[in-house]
Amino acid sequence: MSERKIRVLVAKPGLDGHDRGAKVVARALRDAGMEVIYTGLRQTPEMIAEAALQEDVDVVGLSILSGAHMALAPRILELLKANGQSDVKVFIGGIVPDEDVPRLTEMGITGIYGPGASTEDIIREIRESVRST
Amino acid sequence: MTLIDSLQNGDRLALTRLLTQVENDSAAGRAGLAEIFRHTGRGHLIGITGAPGTGKSSLVNQLALHYRKQGKRVAIIAVDPSSPFTGGAVLGDRVRMRDLAGDAGVFIRSMAARGSLGGLAQTTAAFAQVFDAAGFEIVMIETVGAGQNEVDIARLAHTTVVVEAPGLGDDIQAIKAGILEIADVLVVNKADRPGVENTEKALKSMLELGHPMRHIFQHHGRAMQVESPRDDSSALWIPPIRRTVALEGRGVSELVESIAAHAAHLHVSGEWATREQARLERETEALLARALMSHFQQDVAEAQIESVMGDVYKKNISPWEAVQELMRLHSQKEQA
Ligand code: B12
Ligand SMILES: Nc1nc2c(ncn2[C@@H]2O[C@H](COP(=O)(O)OP(=O)(O)OP(=O)(O)O)[C@@H](O)[C@H]2O)c(=O)[nH]1
Ligand SMILES: [Mg+2]
Repeated sequence: MSERKIRVLVAKPGLDGHDRGAKVVARALRDAGMEVIYTGLRQTPEMIAEAALQEDVDVVGLSILSGAHMALAPRILELLKANGQSDVKVFIGGIVPDEDVPRLTEMGITGIYGPGASTEDIIREIRESVRST
Repeated sequence: MTLIDSLQNGDRLALTRLLTQVENDSAAGRAGLAEIFRHTGRGHLIGITGAPGTGKSSLVNQLALHYRKQGKRVAIIAVDPSSPFTGGAVLGDRVRMRDLAGDAGVFIRSMAARGSLGGLAQTTAAFAQVFDAAGFEIVMIETVGAGQNEVDIARLAHTTVVVEAPGLGDDIQAIKAGILEIADVLVVNKADRPGVENTEKALKSMLELGHPMRHIFQHHGRAMQVESPRDDSSALWIPPIRRTVALEGRGVSELVESIAAHAAHLHVSGEWATREQARLERETEALLARALMSHFQQDVAEAQIESVMGDVYKKNISPWEAVQELMRLHSQKEQA
């Protein structure tokens, strides 16, 4: 009866206030039938990992336009792992220079999206990543 | 270690996984619920309901801070609507609860209503059982508050807090009918805003018109009135009206007192046990209805149902006659 819903945490770590992208993506994922937990601005890595655990999400989506992704991403991955949630897929959107992409991927980030990314691609890749586990 | 030991030892991964299994109605979830059930019954289930934007989440945040100061462990279940078209949802109540981050004595779980009406999801009651068994003394449930029929929360919670705010149209008509039947405590939040007096006055006059003591429960389709067993007026519970400013925490300790007074009243009057029994009976009934339905669907082929429905569409038989026919088909199958 109940097909399993994909649950996604959309979080904005760091101190910048650029929340349009996060909201656009949250809405698009909802319209694709996913359950999106939106946590608001200025989340610390600790807050994000805690919310991911309490909400038992399949995916954590980070929206980072401040340039702090190389500091924030590894910390969040580490905390998820410490909580026993290394199977959670992590996506990043926002402003990520091309040269950072290989290192983020190597670290374990599943998908990275910049300005103008199509929400259809995002939805498809989230679905594929969750199905593959 | 058994599941219940893990939960009671504060294993948050075990807790969160169990909630997901329960929400998805999986075999593991059902087995988990069966295992933990006899450990339930200690938690105080507090419902927080009211129109959208009245400040329910902000108030839950403040109440939780208070209960933490009393050393109680706090679980929060925040229900938001699912889109009827896509089945998706944006669950945003956590935005107002950031003060609770980093406290291992608090556990916040958001749920989408998943098509269920009445302000709760189908598995909200089961979530409350899980938190109760895991040792959370306070379980707060924030409803959808979509202005639908909110009686479900009153049937689940021991204490139902109805949150109003000034400026929503302060005349009696604007305050939803039926609110008095479910409110154990009334809150006028946003008391920093103009118009508090009007809202409070409207609530008061509604209270005077109403009969706050009667809680009407559906029992096997009959409406049953559960009244206080005492006849002296001291056993009467009149819902108090509290003013709060959730953003600053003003009025919250008084609200906590009213909620505690209501719990004490339930115990003294014997209504705590009555409510629990009514809840368990309803829950069992709902599960039975679902089980019977799926049993039926397994036995009677879709094509048979469609053909009977065809007769209904053509007005050859009435829906009631259709049910008789379907039941006949079902028992035939069972005997075969
Ligand atoms: C609009 C905007 C603002 C608005 C923000 C309004 C708001 N509430 O969001 C305002 C005017 C407030 C603002 C202020 C500032 N901004 Co500004 N801003 C922009 C701008 C022009 C567009 C951002 C935007 O909203 N795009 C629309 C959304 C829909 O796109 P998006 O966020 O990129 O999201 C898409 C993808 O990235 C991805 N995505 C995003 N999030 C997520 C999340 C997940 C889970 C996934 C899967 C995908 C995903 O999918 C989305 C859809 O395609 C960008 C430049 C640019 N072209 O990006 C600069 C930009 C982000 N800002 C910048 C800066 C520096 C600032 C300021 C510090 C000062 C300034 N120079 O103006 C202040 C800081 C404000 C603050 N408090 O933090 C810089 C950041 C530089 C950097 N990172 O190195 C940029 C890149 C401009 C630049 N080239 O210098 N800004
Ligand atoms: N002025 C004032 N604003 C408040 C107060 N309490 C909450 N708010 C604001 O009211 C808005 C809604 O608050 P929430 O706590 O999200 O209300 P809610 O009832 O949970 O909303 P939904 O879950 O969407 O139905 C927010 O912008 C709050 O900041 C208050 O006491 N005074
Ligand atoms: Mg809310």
